[in-house]
Amino acid sequence: MSGSGARVDARGWGWRYAGRRASAVSGLTVRIEPGERVLLLGASGAGKSTVLHALAGVLGGDDDGDQQGELLVDGRRPQDCRGVAGLVLQDPDSQVVLARVGDDVAFGCENLGLPRDEIWRRVGSALDAVGLRLPLDHPTSALSGGQKQRLALAGLLAMEPKLVLLDEPTANLDPEGVTEVRDAVARTVAETGATLIVIEHRVAVWRDLVDRVIVLDAAGGVLADGAPDDVLASEGRRLADAGVWVPEFPPAAPVRTPWPASELLLQGSALGVGRRKGAVVASGIDVTVASGRALAVSGRNGSGKSTLALTLAGLIKPLDGELAANPGFAAGAGREPARWRSRELLTRIGTVFQDPEHQFLSSTVRDELAVGPRALRLPEQEVTDRVDDLLERLRLTSLARANPFTLSGGEKRRLSVATILAARPSVLVLDEPTFGQDSRTWRELVALLAELLDEGKSVVAVTHDRDFIDAIADSELVIA
Amino acid sequence: MTAAVDARTRQDQAIHGVNPVAKLIAAMVIGFCLLLSIDPVSALVALGLEAVLLVWAGLSFREFFVRTAPLWIAVPLTGLTTALYGVDSGSLIWQFGFVSVTDGSLELAAAMMLRILAAGIPAIVLFVTTDPTDLADGLAQVLRLPERFVLGGLAGLRLVGLFIDDWHSLSLARRARGVGDSGRVRRFGGQAFALLVLSVRRATKLATAMEAKGFGSPGTRSWARPSPFGWREVVLIVIGVVVGAAAVTAAVVAGTWRFILG
Repeated sequence: MSGSGARVDARGWGWRYAGRRASAVSGLTVRIEPGERVLLLGASGAGKSTVLHALAGVLGGDDDGDQQGELLVDGRRPQDCRGVAGLVLQDPDSQVVLARVGDDVAFGCENLGLPRDEIWRRVGSALDAVGLRLPLDHPTSALSGGQKQRLALAGLLAMEPKLVLLDEPTANLDPEGVTEVRDAVARTVAETGATLIVIEHRVAVWRDLVDRVIVLDAAGGVLADGAPDDVLASEGRRLADAGVWVPEFPPAAPVRTPWPASELLLQGSALGVGRRKGAVVASGIDVTVASGRALAVSGRNGSGKSTLALTLAGLIKPLDGELAANPGFAAGAGREPARWRSRELLTRIGTVFQDPEHQFLSSTVRDELAVGPRALRLPEQEVTDRVDDLLERLRLTSLARANPFTLSGGEKRRLSVATILAARPSVLVLDEPTFGQDSRTWRELVALLAELLDEGKSVVAVTHDRDFIDAIADSELVIA
Repeated sequence: MTAAVDARTRQDQAIHGVNPVAKLIAAMVIGFCLLLSIDPVSALVALGLEAVLLVWAGLSFREFFVRTAPLWIAVPLTGLTTALYGVDSGSLIWQFGFVSVTDGSLELAAAMMLRILAAGIPAIVLFVTTDPTDLADGLAQVLRLPERFVLGGLAGLRLVGLFIDDWHSLSLARRARGVGDSGRVRRFGGQAFALLVLSVRRATKLATAMEAKGFGSPGTRSWARPSPFGWREVVLIVIGVVVGAAAVTAAVVAGTWRFILG
């Protein structure tokens, strides 16, 4: 593949998105030499993604924002040299362009106007390079998250870029997926000599692969720049406080006071679960949910963990076996949670979805929190009290009038948990609550769940996150 | 939906290899010929010829009826409404208030039902044996339609499966939030709006990913997949023309031709 990397030059560069008062990035001056491998860190909101989008030439023109200073790739403006830089984004689902693996990898080469023979030669070697050995007509919809990210990487490699830009490429992946993608990147940069810039909260994933760490300052410019060990030694504590996962400074685990009077709330016997009739994804599951206890549900991607969570949450019916609520817990609502009315479910079992956006219903954070209490027909004073309390407790007070969809990832996660807590359910079901979260949100979430457990609430969490399981789980159910 | 789209990507019958643009033209020729008149003979002839050609479509009985199910629902409904409310002529058979059934309206109903089948079956059969990627290749390379629109539309199609999953999650989330018991119509509206917001976000991300791969940049785009247009394509279009012409000729000879614009 291509022989060398590109040089990046930023001289007093800044960018302000159209319609925003504050600049996303300002006063950035940095030079990255050909072939360097850089981990770009910074608190959320420091403008890391903006820099990467700018280098990929996809930030847009004058209508989309105002630029200051200069940002050059090999001495040219990024939008004038398409194909020199390639970008992989965080969300695996939104990057697949075509229906077949081979066609999807070929897409970038077609846009560069390469001859047909050359395209298919490059498609073959790019798929080899990322270790995705599948038939060219394999459907892209059948790929796992990790495979989709490797596919995106292959599409980028086939264009033979001199600058590889990765924007949190592993944030939405399970541990196997993270390793797959990391190893594929390591192999390909070693082979091509391309310059690499990667953004990632989890320092441990990339630390051994990069030779330089640049920390962006949210106030503008560069906070620290140097060899990984030096930067992490001097800035590690500050970065960890800002939400970066620094191995030397892990977030503190909460101290638990076990609930003394644990009672059985839900019992599943020989459960078979699936989203549609006749499509059982996991079966023969025996499970109990008890007050004051946290149950972690783990297992590989596609094992049916999330489907089990939806079943335990009373949102879908078990396809086989039985899920029974203890009469004391059901409190007159019947034995099977799936038959409860939506309002009956609200005070008994609350569900936090993997994607917070799926559960937002209102146009302001305050209204969003009031949805549950209002559905319970609580007096208006009680609604206001509960909402104010949660805004305070989850550091959302300053965002009370913001639209939930405009919040950052961490804020959305906190809000989605808060909306469920507003109805004070006895059981809290969470699907991958820590996916893609920075260490600060992680720490707050774990502390909050521990507090709820100590009050006698029950927590069921579907998760890949080993640290999370170690921090709060009382028992673990592994779905094969 | 995704499964349905993917199921079409690998099939070996001759019709699957024909350029989708030729299929589109053939189906349009038949449809156009049948639009010109409303009479039972032309539709019956077209339908008869299509029944013979179906053998080469490579669809199983089950697959054929599942795919054409919308037609089998639409046809009796059309027949019924035409028989009851269609223009009356000839002897009166049955009357109830404004509603009347006559010889003329019955004949019209039969002609309409046959016509929908005759125009609909080839359109559906040719479409379900078409891979969307191949269709896009044909539209851009053979018909020279703007590649931005063609490829944008094709990429958008990939999102349909995600929208279905999103809709399911949105429904469950509404139940979980305690608002799933009543106000079904209003909830549907709100949920549809939420899906719209999510889909715009997904589409924006997809557009960024495509742009990052150089899509829409100046310079000539090349095509990894050829979209050949040869004798097989010509044969299919000729078959379409023959079916259409035979239907029109038969109706004129039989004296049933009723030109709708005449």
